[in-house]
Amino acid sequence: MQSTNYIIGFIIALTAIVAVALTGLREATKTKAALNEEIFDKRAVLSAVEDYLPEGKQVGDLSDQEVVETFNQQVEQKVLNMEGKVVPGMDAEDIVMAKERKLPEPQRKLPLYIYNQDGNKFYIIAVRGNGLWDEIWGFIALESDLNTIAGASFDHQGETPGLGAEIKDNPGFAEQFQGKKIFENGNYVSVKVMKGGAKDEEHQVDGISGATVTCDGVTEMLQRGIEYYLPYFNTIRQQGMLVQ
Amino acid sequence: MAEITTEKEKKEPIIEFGKTERKLIADPLNDNNPITVQVLGICSALAVTSLVYPSVVMSVAVIFVLGFSSLFTSLLRSYIPKQVRMIVQLVIIASLVTVVELTLKSVNYPIYKQLSVYIGLIITNCIVMGRLEAFAMANKPWRSFLDGIGNGLGYGAILIAVGTIREVFGKGSLFAGSPIELKIIGPSTDYWIDTVNNGWFSWYANNNLMVLPAAAMFIIGILIWIQRSYNTKLVDVS
Repeated sequence: MQSTNYIIGFIIALTAIVAVALTGLREATKTKAALNEEIFDKRAVLSAVEDYLPEGKQVGDLSDQEVVETFNQQVEQKVLNMEGKVVPGMDAEDIVMAKERKLPEPQRKLPLYIYNQDGNKFYIIAVRGNGLWDEIWGFIALESDLNTIAGASFDHQGETPGLGAEIKDNPGFAEQFQGKKIFENGNYVSVKVMKGGAKDEEHQVDGISGATVTCDGVTEMLQRGIEYYLPYFNTIRQQGMLVQ
Repeated sequence: MAEITTEKEKKEPIIEFGKTERKLIADPLNDNNPITVQVLGICSALAVTSLVYPSVVMSVAVIFVLGFSSLFTSLLRSYIPKQVRMIVQLVIIASLVTVVELTLKSVNYPIYKQLSVYIGLIITNCIVMGRLEAFAMANKPWRSFLDGIGNGLGYGAILIAVGTIREVFGKGSLFAGSPIELKIIGPSTDYWIDTVNNGWFSWYANNNLMVLPAAAMFIIGILIWIQRSYNTKLVDVS
């Protein structure tokens, strides 16, 4: 049996050595890790407009360098408040959706990415909601009519592989959203994920068998998430009309 | 008598590779496999094996953590106060897991995202602490290191076997997500066997059960069955 002093000394020495070593490693890898995270997030935004990337490439084909270049040259970033006004001096990338979701609704800020390709504008918005086990989120790209969906990408924290996780793993799920409309005769209806298959070609997509809760989560996330951006979209529409 | 043994110990080389050492590596691969025989580390074996590539990365991470935590524990074994030995072991394991986590984050961020919590959960993997308590606390550093590596390999072998079966039959691909992705069977011309245009395989569809964690349990069960049917000394006679 060792003395209490020895035990305390041993533990303090061990933790001190470990703490110094790990801090050193963290400092050494910090820049690279932050860069990797940034590129990972940029890829997620770009995958919503996967069909419209330069030279018909897919997000997976782009090198890290190309991702950064495409972003710098073709993506305009805006931050909106809940009244649809642009918040000056902020980049969309500064917004952490997970944190915004914890704020009361009127105080939240919304990131908006405007992707320009061959004279076309795509409005990429961020949505976040609840799946079965944890949060789910995604990016929805709208065409310049602010009605037609040009593409979507989804991700999740901990949905079941093979069931809820298919929203991310099965590219076919997100592809279904292309060409869907969020308005019907001028009224906002969003897009719904239907259990048992889509019946309305314009506003519904097929659900995933065995993942009803996740699919309902996607429906709810889109319904609420897109609605947050409508005040801003109305402003651009009115401005557009003035120009015409 | 005591003096003779200490002298003998001094003459022993620190690193050697005799019969005992080979057994330390080979035993966990079959007779004493951590997953199929000791039934440890099942949680991560179910969770990360739906694709081969994450299974490989996870195996490498566990081999690294097991090997080096055994080495460090064994080096410190005569200094570690017995009353707090488990806390000390956990500090060693947790720091090595943090090393893995930080490295992955800066080397391959997508796979870090994909494995998410399971890298952190290596800390609670029973295989690691089990080997430290059962072996490293009582053996010399080199042998403890080999024992750790051996058990890591035993764990990895099962993980990769399960991952291969699940990915081929569940997704029709191999090593998806890595630079050397192979598309084996599926409904487009990108795959080796194109189920749309190849008449022989038009009946084939991916088995969605394989993607679910439950499939890993069936496969591990079947592996245990196969192993015990040819390795009869593992069968309990009761």
